[in-house]
Amino acid sequence: MSAPQATSATPTAYARGLFDMVQRHRVAAVLLFLLVFPLLMPYHALAVNILIFGLFAVGFNLLFGYTGLLSFGHAAFLGVGSYLTGIAMVHFGWHWLLALGLGVVSASLAGVLIGYLAIRTRGIYFSMVTLALAQIVYYAFYKAERWTGGENGLRGIQVPAIEVGPWTLDFLNPVTKYYVIYVFVAAALWFVSRLLASPFGAVIEAVRENEQRAAACGYDVARSKLLVFVISAALCGLAGGLRALHLSVVPIDSLHYLQSGQAVMMCLLGGMGTFFGPFVGAAVFLTLEDVVTTLTRYWMGVVGAVFMFFVLFFPAGIWGTLVQRVQRAVQAR
Amino acid sequence: MSATETPILEVEGVSKHFGRFVALNKVTASFQPRKLSAIIGPNGAGKSTFFNVVSGAFPPTAGRLKFKGRDITGLAQHEFARIGIAKSFQITNVFKQLSAHENVRVAVQMRHARYELLRPREAMRELADRAAELLARVGLAGLRDRPAADLAHGQQRALEVAMALAAEPELLLMDEPTAGMSPEETVVMMDLITALAAERSVIIVEHKMKLVMGICERLLVLHHGEFLAEGTPEEIKANAEVRRVYLGQG
Repeated sequence: MSAPQATSATPTAYARGLFDMVQRHRVAAVLLFLLVFPLLMPYHALAVNILIFGLFAVGFNLLFGYTGLLSFGHAAFLGVGSYLTGIAMVHFGWHWLLALGLGVVSASLAGVLIGYLAIRTRGIYFSMVTLALAQIVYYAFYKAERWTGGENGLRGIQVPAIEVGPWTLDFLNPVTKYYVIYVFVAAALWFVSRLLASPFGAVIEAVRENEQRAAACGYDVARSKLLVFVISAALCGLAGGLRALHLSVVPIDSLHYLQSGQAVMMCLLGGMGTFFGPFVGAAVFLTLEDVVTTLTRYWMGVVGAVFMFFVLFFPAGIWGTLVQRVQRAVQAR
Repeated sequence: MSATETPILEVEGVSKHFGRFVALNKVTASFQPRKLSAIIGPNGAGKSTFFNVVSGAFPPTAGRLKFKGRDITGLAQHEFARIGIAKSFQITNVFKQLSAHENVRVAVQMRHARYELLRPREAMRELADRAAELLARVGLAGLRDRPAADLAHGQQRALEVAMALAAEPELLLMDEPTAGMSPEETVVMMDLITALAAERSVIIVEHKMKLVMGICERLLVLHHGEFLAEGTPEEIKANAEVRRVYLGQG
């Protein structure tokens, strides 16, 4: 193993070094990438979408990939975040920042309620309970037409300008909008990374690996699960609130179970239980959707086929597979 | 040993029913601190049920449990570990995807940083050091970075013991600690158990009577959900009733 080898200067060694650095400084790496990301995209609305759904998928992955709980109801938190941000602004004329805060708090509360009921069950029952409760949320918002606009969605969310100290930023400019939203996503990603590296991050992985053992070690499994559930809901609520600002409407689809399914697809596509995976998944999914819709009406079929391909042949996802390959290469050295 | 010392564990009239089946029928026993005791009995005697009840996996149907004089009946599993009762399972139970070191580190962390959300755990050197110390104690120092799933059976069992010790228990409960082990691994494990019992109370639940005869100070024989006999290894060996129950068994 320790025999001197002349491999240190090869391109693969450089790639490995770079990869190691990315893994170690994961927040810095992803933020740097997202900083130049709009320059790489065909147009900025897609970049903003990827930013928002990347955060949504990261929030979902905390529960799914790291804690091992498959929720089919995370659209509820995205939707509640969106709607409450929108309602506060449209009906009560709140400042957008305050409204965004309300969106996050409301999504967290929804997370407490749904999480409290759902963590009593396991496996497929957990998924079904989250799905059912999210559907209740969907119908509640659908029926509360006076507040939510019902089928037509909530319209009229306007953030024309954002004041930062002496400067006024034009939020209608897509590039400015991207970087404003970027600040929130950056803060959220920093938080998730800290959380995963904390002692509590170790507890949730222990719960995923073996609940019985985690309890025997002295960890309150139910309480740990609920805490992750609520944090996950809050992150998805933030994504929802940002989306309301971005779109200036809240479509009722935000709460639809297809939206919950998208979170699962993005995570699996990118690699569940990895830090970057959900972002990669969100980017691939949305770009694919964007490109294929211009070619055929049946874009869902194409996206579905791509999804099947990855699940069958690269079950660790795009980023997950990359991580595995590099790790294997390092071990074989 | 003073007779007035509070027992580490008292089991008072404990029963456990599964539907109409009575797995434990009003058993009573008391365990002195810093002693190595063993619960033995033939298959189906109720040993595992006894283990699960006293280790907090499920509450008894009737009766009370006392730890150092305090009533602990009905406490949740995680609370048992917190008050100082740790266990190793009959079927190896570790975090398979995590490294040996991380398995123990997570267990060590329980006493120090249960709900720390923002401090990096890498910075908590003392937890990592303590975990390394415990790994060395059970003879796994060289395997710290190996995923638990890749360890040999005996090594996984040793890892479990390290995890149980990480909770700094005053009472260590072990369910057939040598189950499935080779004769060599068994010797190592029995030596380890003897060493551990010098510092704390240990109760082993064991099927193989011969194994515990040599090292335990006290044996309790369980049969059909009730205690049949109790005493020193010599007394148990001489007990006609026990010999009848174990007749034809290893």
